[in-house]
Amino acid sequence: MNDKIIFEDVSKFYGEVLGVNRVSLSIPPGITTLVGPNGSGKTTLMNLMTGLVQPSSGSISVMGLSPSNSPELFRILGYCTQFDFFPRGLTGWQFIFDSLMLHGISEAQAIQLTIEAIERVQLGEAAGRKIAGYSKGMRQKVRLAQAIAHHPRVLVLDEPLNGLDPMARAESIALFQELGRQGMHLLISSHILDEVDRISDRVVLITGGYLIAEGSIQQVRQEVREKPMQVLIRCDQPAVLASKMFAINHCVEARLHADGRGVFLRTADIDQFYSMLNGIAAEGLVKIEAVAPADDDASAIYQYLIGSDGSAS
Amino acid sequence: MRERMANFWKHLAQQPWGLWWIQARRLVRIEVRRNLFSWKATWIYFLAFIPTFIIFIHLMADRHNASWMSDDTNVLAGIVQLYYIRLGVFFGCLGIFSRLIRGEMIERSLHFYLLSPVKREVLLLCKFVAGSISAVLLFGSAMVADFALMYAGFGAAGTDYVFNGPGLGQLEAYVAIVVLACLGYGAVFLLLSMMFRNPTPAAMLVLGWEAINPVMPSILQKISVASYLRHLMPVSVSANGIFALLTVQTEPVSAWAATLGLLVLIAAVLVYSCYRMRSLEIRYTTE
Repeated sequence: MNDKIIFEDVSKFYGEVLGVNRVSLSIPPGITTLVGPNGSGKTTLMNLMTGLVQPSSGSISVMGLSPSNSPELFRILGYCTQFDFFPRGLTGWQFIFDSLMLHGISEAQAIQLTIEAIERVQLGEAAGRKIAGYSKGMRQKVRLAQAIAHHPRVLVLDEPLNGLDPMARAESIALFQELGRQGMHLLISSHILDEVDRISDRVVLITGGYLIAEGSIQQVRQEVREKPMQVLIRCDQPAVLASKMFAINHCVEARLHADGRGVFLRTADIDQFYSMLNGIAAEGLVKIEAVAPADDDASAIYQYLIGSDGSAS
Repeated sequence: MRERMANFWKHLAQQPWGLWWIQARRLVRIEVRRNLFSWKATWIYFLAFIPTFIIFIHLMADRHNASWMSDDTNVLAGIVQLYYIRLGVFFGCLGIFSRLIRGEMIERSLHFYLLSPVKREVLLLCKFVAGSISAVLLFGSAMVADFALMYAGFGAAGTDYVFNGPGLGQLEAYVAIVVLACLGYGAVFLLLSMMFRNPTPAAMLVLGWEAINPVMPSILQKISVASYLRHLMPVSVSANGIFALLTVQTEPVSAWAATLGLLVLIAAVLVYSCYRMRSLEIRYTTE
């Protein structure tokens, strides 16, 4: 069986409004994060791969299954949507249990899986209360529990960290990482870019319905060669190092670290930069303690490729 | 041709009927619970039982004389034809069946069903069955209560009319009419709720269509729920004034032909609804 999620030249138009345009993607197992501003097409991509909307053109395959084949697809896929609405009058327990019963499993099995899912998201005794009385974070948890209860192989999570307090957020991230380690497909859309960094194997950047870049964060950053890269160098004399670099006319920007024990240098050619840095270190004028890329994270890539206003550069 | 038929039967036999049956039972239970045990259903209870309440007042307040039994029989027939078929079941089914798909889109909870491993056609048919069970339970029990209360005041004469006379046959016919009305209007409103964001204006057109249908050419009379039900009435209602329009005598059709015709109409509407359900998209922002 194909273990990838594949979008082939997929477009979706809502009347005359563009949802996504000519998206081609091949997503392997692991944690993949969809990053983009509001209205960029992240939810449309997720709805397309789960069959909630149909593509205007192109084709989609989720581990070899078509999204229109819902009986087969939803045995292996769970989707935690960002719609914050539930069927009326249900408790958290009933909501998860009813969903499981639609899989055609026995009542005993459904009870066992419901207990397991509730424990996994740490919903606790709140599961016995009506969802209508839940806080936003609890509603997020019960949606997540419903999505993972049947042990899917693909988990689609639309803004799963929204509304969660820091503790619940950390627990959710730990759960996503654990599921990712188990070889599951996790497709997550998120605005919280520093947390994207911590959990993603791959990022997919999308804006205005167009795919901007995809791959591991480092790969994507490498592809953005025309943008100068920023490097943080921890050393005993950051000002001397900065002046040396400017003297050989290599750096385009320098900024001292707030603690005075490092300097951020921006360079247009990272390979040449490192060889020159080695030369300066060999001279012994500056004692270099550590060197680390300062902008090969999702936030920096987002700024480079999409911009703070959400318009692609 | 024979090979095609053989392939068709083979294809049917390969379908997961057992799983569909389990899913259907669960879906119907969930939906019936939602239809009957919610505050939003209160007005449908009111629609179903308001005649029961009036007949109960009639039973308690008015004197009953055996010679007036035929008057009460005519009143009951009028209640069925003029109230239940035209208004009660019509608006009750509008409330129940338009909630099944459109109501859940407005409440933004339909996606939970569409994200479950249930074939969309099975989901739609189960929703229809659950809506029908709910409507039949409400209006059927109201009908039986109306009938019982109508004849309870006549004592031994009433009992004799019901059990030794035409009473039970009439009750059977009324219950059959209510069941068919629930199925027929249910199928129509389920489809309308999938076609229109607000199915109420379209339902009002259907109401108008049903009202003028008796004066339409016979071919057009076949596209009407009430026209089939009219032929099943055990007691003919003679009305005057504006009600005369509602009781126009149409081309005579046998009860079996009327029942079969209505069932064919329901099946056609459900097949088309299944087709639409397949391509239904969740775009709550447009609701």
